[in-house]
Amino acid sequence: MARAVTTQRKTINTIFAWAVGLLIFFPILWTILTSFKTEATAIADPPVFLFFDWTLENYAVVQERSNYMRFLWNSVIIAGGSTILGVIIAVPAAWSMAFVPSKRTKDILLWMLSTKMLPAVGVLYPIYLLFIKLGILDTRVGLVVVMMLINLPIIVWMLYTYFKEIPGEILEAARMDGASLREEIIHVLTPMAVPGIASTILLNFILAWNEAFWTLNLTAAKAAPLTAFIASYSSPEGLFYAKLSAASVMAIAPILVMGWFSQKQLVRGLTFGAVK
Amino acid sequence: MATQHSRSAARIMMAPAVILLLGWMLIPLTMTLVFSFKKYLPMRGGDLGWVGFENYVRFVTSSAFWPAVGTTLVIVGGVLVITVVFGVLLAMLLDQPMWGQGIVRLLVIAPFFVMPTVSALVWKNMFMDPVNGLLAHLWKFFGAQPVEWLSDASMTSIIMIVSWQWLPFATLILLTAIQSLDSEQLEAAEMDGAKPLSRFGYIILPHLARAITIVVLIQTIFLLSIFAEIFVTTQGSFGTRTLTYLIFQRVLESQNVGLGSAGGVYAIILANIVAIFLMRIVGKNLDA
Amino acid sequence: MKLKNALVAVSALVSVAATAAYAETLTIATVNNGDMIRMQGLTDDFTEKTGHEVEWVTLEENVLRQRVTQDIATQGGQFDIMTIGMYEAPIWASNDWLVALDDLSEDYDADDILPAMRDGLSYEGTLYAAPFYGESSMIMYRTDLMEAAGLEMPDAPTWDFVKEAAIAMTDKDNEIYGVCLRGKAGWGENMAFLTAMSNSFGARWFDEDWNAQFDSEAWANTLTFYLDLMEQAGPPGASTNGFNENLALFQQGKCGMWIDATVAASFVTNPDDSTVADKVDFALAPDMGKGPRGNWLWAWALAIPAGTEKEGAAKEFIEWATSKEYIELVAENEGWANVPPGARTSLYENENYKDIPFAQMTLDSINSANPLQPTVDPVPYQGVQFVAIPEFAGIGTQVGQEFSAALAGQQTAEEALEKAQALTTDEMEAAGY
Repeated sequence: MARAVTTQRKTINTIFAWAVGLLIFFPILWTILTSFKTEATAIADPPVFLFFDWTLENYAVVQERSNYMRFLWNSVIIAGGSTILGVIIAVPAAWSMAFVPSKRTKDILLWMLSTKMLPAVGVLYPIYLLFIKLGILDTRVGLVVVMMLINLPIIVWMLYTYFKEIPGEILEAARMDGASLREEIIHVLTPMAVPGIASTILLNFILAWNEAFWTLNLTAAKAAPLTAFIASYSSPEGLFYAKLSAASVMAIAPILVMGWFSQKQLVRGLTFGAVK
Repeated sequence: MATQHSRSAARIMMAPAVILLLGWMLIPLTMTLVFSFKKYLPMRGGDLGWVGFENYVRFVTSSAFWPAVGTTLVIVGGVLVITVVFGVLLAMLLDQPMWGQGIVRLLVIAPFFVMPTVSALVWKNMFMDPVNGLLAHLWKFFGAQPVEWLSDASMTSIIMIVSWQWLPFATLILLTAIQSLDSEQLEAAEMDGAKPLSRFGYIILPHLARAITIVVLIQTIFLLSIFAEIFVTTQGSFGTRTLTYLIFQRVLESQNVGLGSAGGVYAIILANIVAIFLMRIVGKNLDA
Repeated sequence: MKLKNALVAVSALVSVAATAAYAETLTIATVNNGDMIRMQGLTDDFTEKTGHEVEWVTLEENVLRQRVTQDIATQGGQFDIMTIGMYEAPIWASNDWLVALDDLSEDYDADDILPAMRDGLSYEGTLYAAPFYGESSMIMYRTDLMEAAGLEMPDAPTWDFVKEAAIAMTDKDNEIYGVCLRGKAGWGENMAFLTAMSNSFGARWFDEDWNAQFDSEAWANTLTFYLDLMEQAGPPGASTNGFNENLALFQQGKCGMWIDATVAASFVTNPDDSTVADKVDFALAPDMGKGPRGNWLWAWALAIPAGTEKEGAAKEFIEWATSKEYIELVAENEGWANVPPGARTSLYENENYKDIPFAQMTLDSINSANPLQPTVDPVPYQGVQFVAIPEFAGIGTQVGQEFSAALAGQQTAEEALEKAQALTTDEMEAAGY
């Protein structure tokens, strides 16, 4: 039941919330605006906000200099592939933790999370040498596997918390009806967990998309994703605010748009078991 | 409820995830351990033999070690406090009835989608630059001397940048938790004449306790290893050298893999201390 | 009939396969500087001439260095050509990590490479990296501001003159700062400048027994002079300013003088980017009358990692990119002011290039730097603004961080030097000196 509020209070809420929202969003907005300025306008003093000659020149320059689509495609494959692979491996694990818990379940779960604390820099050498041995440097396959392993603990944990919220009786009932374990998972559990799985996929897609250490260090030309693309714009010679902004917008726009469109799914499931 | 059959099935189903993660942890960890006991200088011929605990002693007695541990903890702690406090406030605000709630929520969550590298670049160049940055213009507009953010307020700046990235995450989780709060309970309290502050202290905050611990846990895992934000902005100068960054300097700038690996082992130990500490708190909640 | 068609098809396939085997795809790691980006734009010319394709990995300087060092040290084999500097070339060559460039073709005319560049990129007399462009450092200054200050810049000024002029030109209310210098920490950032400057003050990094020398009076003089100069006449936030930040400041007309890379001359005189393009002149880096001037010597060069399967094609690329013809190709497309400077003697003998205002000063600066004998007192190392040992990158950056903190006012010059001395001694000990 919605609480009844006065229009006055709602107005105050609205003004305040919009102000805060715009403040938080402002750095992104400013980057987008700057990307349409000339380099000279970008550093104008005092800064100009909206009334300048909008230009697409920066995007043209960035596109001419680097093959944006290839970086984008690599990002999609790496983030998508690692997420899907991770979910496939994590669903059975999360299922068994949630429905057949043993004394060690919690320990295993926490241990999995603790593997995420391994400082990436410290193990760069070993991993690099390993990749050379396996011949998977600068391949998408190699990165898909690494990103999957990095995010697997989070995926398992998120799925575990959703599965736990599903009442055990429903599974019991299905079992009574003679459903096999596989059928139980595919036909009973998964449909109920769809919001949770969707949100898990989205969150991990975002995390994998934005990961900038392994994706940069284990790639060269062939598998380099957008994080490598941005590394060639971070401080070129001369005035560069507008070009940097254009490159930044190109790097974050796909994920931002995707995130906004799927916002409902992401938010609905993003609880990590915080809500009981 | 679990039968013997389902228990063994469960074990098999858990196996792939467990084995993969075990491998992902053990293989690099073993290699790191091996390196850490060696004099390993790639620029001077690579493996120069065993040196016992020399790297460990050298790493921990270096004047940079304890400040780096301190910096790491201050950054993690600072970001946690900011994101949790503002996250709770923001979640409560977003929970209020208003016009355009959906759009406001989009605006608030947007920073979470921005790559750390990009956000660091944008903040560093377009906001914190003491001459051309927007903040400098703002300061000048009010007649103040622009702040040299990345040198004079380096830690504040980094905490600010990282908090901006993680605030949406905290807000979202806390918002979901607030929305699950029984509004009748709140109304009842309101009718009983409970002041807003005590409503917050006695009803909302306890309800959020679980969500807050989860925010703290997840963020800590990510924050302990932040790297891009420092690499792009200060490169570890002005007291912003975290343990991760110190290891980076040892391994990649000094090209001393043995010393860096010993640092890596220390970082793992630190992470585990923090983890155990956290698990104690969160573990309680996970039981329920 | 059908058989004949099939045969034609097969032979066509065979010939395609044959050319494909010959035409390689080279992966080249490079830095995102203007000259390299121009080269990327002209790659088609190379592909047309040789049939080889090129894939570029363009990275910001710090990231590039980390990537290529990691790859070469582990024999990762990710790149067929790497863009490296004068610091890396002799160290990597001594580890047998680079292919010697001693068999380049007659047309290439390797003897045309400027001697200073050749020396800096060679190891035991053999060239291991071909300079794409070379640079020294010099003073770039604003003629209008100098005139307003009632001073005249000599061709070879002293540090004292620079200080006097910087203070006279400074007008902080109007955001005019007398001198812009590097302050951002990093061995290739503030330490490049400060090490070169310290040479002219008679300082050195190490004595002949590899003992760190930051406790010497010469270093104290260097750092105190620098800090004092920057406090009186430097821009705000100088401790985070590197090459790019200062370039932006100079182009906006906020610096009276700027002592930095000679390649910057073409940017500050380019009216498209610079608001002060017609008011800039050049002078040699300052000295203290002790012999060395405060200028450095650097080259971005192309090298081939040992073990690449595409050595032949990689050499073809290097011959193309660092040739006289390439310089003419750029001149044709972008004008003489934009050709990669500082690599070849013939460029400075070219009539077309002599009209470029900064050409002679660049050449004089390069010629006045001596990588084999950079300091007043004898030293056991090579390199003007760096020490060509593998440990230097790490040490230089950490020392740079201490000096940068001193510039930000977070510690005194004495404290910074004390810490620099301690950490350098420590690191050298760890490396086994």
